[in-house]
Amino acid sequence: MAEMTVDLVSVERKIWTGSSTFVLARTTVGEIGVLPGHEPTLAQLEEAGVVRIDAADGTSTTVAVHGGFLSVTPDHVSILAEFAELSEEIDVDRARSALDRADASEDSGAAARARAEARLRAAGAQ
Amino acid sequence: MAAQIRVLRRRIRSTQSIKKITRAMELIATSRIAKARARVQQSRPYAELMTSVLSELASNAALDHPLLVERPEAKRAAILVVTSDRGQCGGYNANVLKEAEQLRSLLREQGKEPVLYVIGRKGVSYFRFRKQAVQESWTGFSEQPEYVHAAEVARTLVEAFMVGSDGRTGGDGEDGVQGVDELHLVYTQFRNMVSQTPQARRMAPMEVEYVGSESALDADSETTTGGASGVTAAEVREQSSGPKALYEFEPDADALFDALIPKYVGARLFAALLDSAASESANRQRAMKAATDNANELIRTLTLEANQARQAQITQEISEIVGGADALVTAGSES
Repeated sequence: MAEMTVDLVSVERKIWTGSSTFVLARTTVGEIGVLPGHEPTLAQLEEAGVVRIDAADGTSTTVAVHGGFLSVTPDHVSILAEFAELSEEIDVDRARSALDRADASEDSGAAARARAEARLRAAGAQ
Repeated sequence: MAAQIRVLRRRIRSTQSIKKITRAMELIATSRIAKARARVQQSRPYAELMTSVLSELASNAALDHPLLVERPEAKRAAILVVTSDRGQCGGYNANVLKEAEQLRSLLREQGKEPVLYVIGRKGVSYFRFRKQAVQESWTGFSEQPEYVHAAEVARTLVEAFMVGSDGRTGGDGEDGVQGVDELHLVYTQFRNMVSQTPQARRMAPMEVEYVGSESALDADSETTTGGASGVTAAEVREQSSGPKALYEFEPDADALFDALIPKYVGARLFAALLDSAASESANRQRAMKAATDNANELIRTLTLEANQARQAQITQEISEIVGGADALVTAGSES
């Protein structure tokens, strides 16, 4: 099966790198699935979204990505993120309480709410 | 005499406890330098990817984003000064602030009004003591900056920059502040363990570095020097870099570019904060090493002095006893 290299980097560190068979992300325009040999694409990801990377060894990694960009060439995918968290790193309780706080506050709640929701979705808790 | 010994012993004890503190600070600073440098390394992949994506976009988007365009009559220029929260770091803050003052007078000569934004408690108190207005300040993260902090600062600065000197942030409301036409950054660049230099950089309007044009230049030079074979080499290179022109954009290139540029400012600022943090720790490590060495030297001389005083006291006591015994002997033989 064809493979491509995937780099997921946040400003502070490299989150995930390796060879992969499929990447699923959601851009500002709509959902995008990337298989090896995809046409070159640059896209802006949703402000708070979830990215799934299926590694070549069959495991699947889910990452919560905030303020991300996606750059695709036929054999390489790079994801740039302001913040990114692997699903197993996410503190579900904290995300939940952040969601509650966002719901409680009237102003500026939308962005915080979207972020908390993305983290919960990535963690598979919602 | 006894009093002098007691005073000396007290001074030795207090110097020893000061030495313990400076030694601990030196060790902490040493480990922080390594940590900060590791973080600079870790943030490098993002910066590299960002640059390559931007240069990809630059060839497809109109380069008319406000952050890229020089303003003909710049009136107000923001200066962001990165200082430390704590002292005990030698000339670190003094050097940065000197650089900032130079930049200020330079901007004044150019007819621009400098507006101060300060990071770090030391910078804040420096300007407060001189009764100079600081537009906004952030404190509490100079030694271990996180990207959240850089993003917060970058957001404020970019907002002020986007409205320009004629507008006010936060709409035309009373609580908004007047915008600026230029963004400058004064931070300390970490060259190596012994050399850190204060740097003044302009953040906006920024000049875009073209990574792609470099390879194009290479191809050109080969065509001229290598003759016929050089032409084919250039053609091959052009084919290999062919997909560049075929990029698909989601949303369109201009919108992507507009979204990416402010993040680029944030990433650059974060890199500067990390560099400053490493420099601060390096300066502190050096200052604390000097302090520990001085304490050792002081303890040595004080111990010597105390021992001399002790010996002098013993000698005096012996001579007193001998003198007393002599006096008794003479008194006994007389009677």
